[in-house]
Amino acid sequence: MELEYFFELFLGGLVKGSIYALIALGYTMVYGVVELINFAHGEIYMLGAYTALIVASVLTVLGFPQLAIVVMAGLAAIIWASAYGYTVEKVAYKPLRKAPRLSPLISAIGMSIFLQNYVLLAQTDKFLPFPELIPEFEFWEPYSHIIGSPSLMILVSTVIIMMLLTYIIKYTTMGKAMRATAQDRTMAMLVGISVNKVISFTFVIGSSLAAVGGVLVASQMGQINFYIGFMAGIKAFTAAVLGGIGSIPGAVLGGLVLGMTESLATGYISSDYEDVFAFALLVLILIFRPAGLLGRNTTQKV
Amino acid sequence: MDTGIPMFKLSEIKKSLVVALWFIFLTFPIMVIKVNTIENFIAWRWRNMFMIGICSFVISLVWRYFQENEASGQRILSLFTQIPLVKRLKGMSVSERPTQDGVIRESNPMIQRIFYTLLIVMALLFPFVNDYQTTILTTALMYVILGLGLNIAVGLAGLLHLGYVAFYAVGAYTYAILNMHYGVGFWVALPLGGLLATLFGIALGIPVLRLRGDYLAIVTLGFGEITRITLENWDALTQGPSGIAQIPKPGLFGMELTTQQGIMYVYYLAVALAILTVFCTYRLQNSRIGRALMAMREDEIASQAMGINIARTKLTAFALSASFAGMAGVLFAAKTGFINPQSFTFMESAIILSIVVLGGMGSILGVIIGALILILLPEYLREVGNYRMLLFGASMVIMMIFRPQGIISNVRKVYKIDQGGQK
Repeated sequence: MELEYFFELFLGGLVKGSIYALIALGYTMVYGVVELINFAHGEIYMLGAYTALIVASVLTVLGFPQLAIVVMAGLAAIIWASAYGYTVEKVAYKPLRKAPRLSPLISAIGMSIFLQNYVLLAQTDKFLPFPELIPEFEFWEPYSHIIGSPSLMILVSTVIIMMLLTYIIKYTTMGKAMRATAQDRTMAMLVGISVNKVISFTFVIGSSLAAVGGVLVASQMGQINFYIGFMAGIKAFTAAVLGGIGSIPGAVLGGLVLGMTESLATGYISSDYEDVFAFALLVLILIFRPAGLLGRNTTQKV
Repeated sequence: MDTGIPMFKLSEIKKSLVVALWFIFLTFPIMVIKVNTIENFIAWRWRNMFMIGICSFVISLVWRYFQENEASGQRILSLFTQIPLVKRLKGMSVSERPTQDGVIRESNPMIQRIFYTLLIVMALLFPFVNDYQTTILTTALMYVILGLGLNIAVGLAGLLHLGYVAFYAVGAYTYAILNMHYGVGFWVALPLGGLLATLFGIALGIPVLRLRGDYLAIVTLGFGEITRITLENWDALTQGPSGIAQIPKPGLFGMELTTQQGIMYVYYLAVALAILTVFCTYRLQNSRIGRALMAMREDEIASQAMGINIARTKLTAFALSASFAGMAGVLFAAKTGFINPQSFTFMESAIILSIVVLGGMGSILGVIIGALILILLPEYLREVGNYRMLLFGASMVIMMIFRPQGIISNVRKVYKIDQGGQK
């Protein structure tokens, strides 16, 4: 019984952690390339969830089959979230490339407020019920007491997406250009990399990951409002820093550690202080490893 | 192609058209479609689509026009900063251009003194205008204190602090709780709140001594959130999310004050505290500690080599900046008479940080102007109702794009070496 409870919490943590990881990847990639804490990232996640909800509702009313709705809502979320990510970068960050370091941060906070209120005004301030996009799979029925279909779906899609992402970053030309830009932007420019394109691409990839995360979470939670991006963004940021910001495996590890800690701590200690555990863990880890779990310890030069 | 007439080129119009189409596409699901999930009813709001299209087309065209005509564009952009008043204020704090020998000097102290005296007299006479304005200005003044406090950590010491509101909360709750249980008055709570916040600042500072940059940012953010969540859940002490009500207004030698007098009194307290804060931060800037903070901001290792104790200096920065927030918190509790954890969310920290960055990091006058703009703007935007936060967010982005270095950029003391002569 005791073991089963632990197992349940463990799986819950795994699911939560993989979502954090998905969103954290966007943070960490953007940070790696432009060294900016993209506070609007959580809002992109929220916009992804909203787009999926709207498209799914429209298609339901029009009488599309379930499978088509799932696929199209998911795709729409990815497309529009990427579009938002791309536009936000062009409007709010690109003019500030050469500005003092904190200015883009403020611009990002402003963008975050703007996007929240944009959705609030254009849609509603109430919680909207989110359709169950992920059905209960029949073949999974015998195991569903261990882990439900939606959770399974989250785990599987996260793993697939991460493999895809690893492929893009390691083996494609764009991935190489991204790594080069992250290492040294001026040098990348000198060898003929179009840095603007790389940055846009990074925002697009990060935003689409956030959108996938948004859709998966929303469909598991069953409801969304304009404010969901905020906490998700902060948690993902925490996860990214935990793993070592700028490091892609770090974001995944950080997300998993964070999700696991939250799940176990709420299960065994208290559910009121869920977020406190997350941040306390962060502080603890950073005391011993100031650059995060997988972050490189850069030597300081004078 | 320069015909002398401000005509838009065809290519510009085409590009703007593309931008308009892009924004129509971008905002389509959110702006046009509205679903009623309960009745499965969809409203198509085509009007919004046209509005978005037209607006983005016009904005894009205007934007391009200014970019094209660099000179006129500059003129328009600089309108924002070159308003005579701003210009004069700028001249008063520190002269913009380095003098001949490359050393920037403080401008005439006499003018400065007159200016500040006038400002104070105006501030003192202000509450006779009306109550509503006074209340708003009191709030703005509290943010001036908070902004200046945070400025010590962010502007002077270069420590990016995203959980500053925690100290504000500590101050507010100190007064509220002590008053509820022990009947402690405002004047005792004020220093106590400052002191407790200082202790919190040190407690936060110790674990983060080794962290830098964004790692520090997230830990401070976490600290702020931990404080808020604890306040929300520790029912026995803080009464949880419902908050603490009926916090008494500050006393004035046992006199009974009417509501209107109370508002004025709190306003004067805020003015006094703001002046105290300005005085302290002003004196701090050129003190030994202030210089140590700035040296640390520029380069930790180099400043260490110069004999600055980094650990102690960092803790000093945290403690000093926290103490002002603590006192502002006590004042806040006394002003509103009711506090709950919702007043101390991350958004508050973000707004205080925006005040500092928008005003110009490290510049006292800048922070004051920043606070007045950022706090008064949403208040006066109440006219436009729901759109106020939308415009607020947008104006933060726009202000950053036009003045990334802040309204009043703090000119650093620069020593220029004559390149021709010696090397």
